[in-house]
Amino acid sequence: MITKRIVLHFPHRLADQPIVYKLVKDYDLEFNILKAYIAPEKGGLLVLELSGEDKNYEQGIQYLKRIGVKVQALSQDIIRNDRRCSHCSVCVPICPAGAFLVEPLTREVHFDDSKCIACGVCVKACPLRAMEVRF
Amino acid sequence: MAKTIKEINEKIKKGEAVVVTAEEIIDIVEKQGVKKAAQKVDVVTTGTFGPMCSSGAYFNIGHAKPKIKLGGGRAYLNDVPVYAGFAAVDVYIGATALPDDDPRNKVFPGEFRYGGGHAIEDLVAGKDLKLAATAYGTDCYPRKELETLINIKDLNEAVLFNPRNSYQNYNVAVNLSDRVIYTYMGTLKPNLGNANYCSAGQLSPLLNDPCYKSIGIGTRIFLGGGVGYVVWQGTQHNPSVPRKENGTPCAPAGALAVLGDLKQMRPEWLAGTSMQGYGTTLTVGIGIPIPILNEEICQYTAVKDDDIYTQIVDYSEAYPQGKKGSLGEVDYAQLKSGKIVTQGKEVPTGNLSSYPKAVEIANILKEWIKKGDFLLSEPVAYLPGPDTGYTFNPLKERPVQK
Repeated sequence: MITKRIVLHFPHRLADQPIVYKLVKDYDLEFNILKAYIAPEKGGLLVLELSGEDKNYEQGIQYLKRIGVKVQALSQDIIRNDRRCSHCSVCVPICPAGAFLVEPLTREVHFDDSKCIACGVCVKACPLRAMEVRF
Repeated sequence: MAKTIKEINEKIKKGEAVVVTAEEIIDIVEKQGVKKAAQKVDVVTTGTFGPMCSSGAYFNIGHAKPKIKLGGGRAYLNDVPVYAGFAAVDVYIGATALPDDDPRNKVFPGEFRYGGGHAIEDLVAGKDLKLAATAYGTDCYPRKELETLINIKDLNEAVLFNPRNSYQNYNVAVNLSDRVIYTYMGTLKPNLGNANYCSAGQLSPLLNDPCYKSIGIGTRIFLGGGVGYVVWQGTQHNPSVPRKENGTPCAPAGALAVLGDLKQMRPEWLAGTSMQGYGTTLTVGIGIPIPILNEEICQYTAVKDDDIYTQIVDYSEAYPQGKKGSLGEVDYAQLKSGKIVTQGKEVPTGNLSSYPKAVEIANILKEWIKKGDFLLSEPVAYLPGPDTGYTFNPLKERPVQK
């Protein structure tokens, strides 16, 4: 069993096709939509948590790539600018997914991108604007 | 035996001074006792790195040819309005100033991406900034318009001058309402969703000298990565608030006005800051050395997070309406544990002030002193203390006859 958070970029030509439906029917994958939008004439973006048997998951991802969907790990698109972050910790209680943790000894704030759900709340709540969402 | 600042400076010059941070002194006093610690340690360094809105910088741009008098006219730095009500070419930029065309909170909550604090950071970082000005023209200053790039290296004087920094203790902000609120204490989730505080606690300068026995007017400090001075008590200085036996106030109390050469400073210690729905500000790094002149001063510096208390305040109603009343008192050890309990609810905490950066500042200052690069200064006057009756008064609003 595997669960991953991924970002899918759909080219314009695929906007009218039932792609997520096929992930469920043909590859037996579970999905949870974290974020989605379609820009007219430009294609779409879908942030998904995708779960299933390892083999099915791999085949599902291959299917997406084959038809022209760009697949990226969510962690590649949520970035903390470490030069900007002061480790103040005001983001810690704001994050609904508990992706920020304070290391008790040094008081440094660790960002666990595997927990991030890309809601973007931290981006504007960070006083030094150290968090970036790049999709 | 009591020491003098002069004696400590002699040791610093010889490279013999014993300098520790306000974190390190806690253990030393606990293990060796205050008497021995006061004999052994010469200087304790403190630090803080948090948003401080009452900050700004003045600078002199030099005279253009033909000359222009900005005084009485209007001037902008990277579109941020600067105060030009001085002589011909002096201006002051405040941390919270915003470009005229910034949407502010028209689309709520506003983002406040760029303001005075960011312009100060860019200036310190050595970037070119656009200065635009209009004036009315006089016989001696005939020019009416100016648009030019400026750079800190070409300015005559560039001085950070902050009327209120380094607050001695601050509120814990919570939200009792049922909607998200956006404050200078950060985003506060409804129904006690989070509790934000803003202090370095046991490392904070004025919490280590709670009764202002060593920090006074003329004290030389680490300011924004360079050397600065305490020049006055900060605006809203309020030493008369209730205090614990260890001298620390249980609510916002003292504050410092500080000044220093902006050209020496660094952008990592003066950071432009955006508070969603509130505005822009400047996050300022300050470190203050405390000379261990006697056992009393040494004991003050050994203060721990567990011994420093502050008040939990509702920012949805009590704070904006100026209503007195605290939802309870907590200590900084509880705040740093990541959660506090108030109104029967466990509430997660966040700090607006960076403790790791405060540690870094205290260590930088320690190294400066140990190397002999930074001598301590004797205050020329002391700040109004807890027994002076000096206090912070609200505005007395009076009707204006029309």
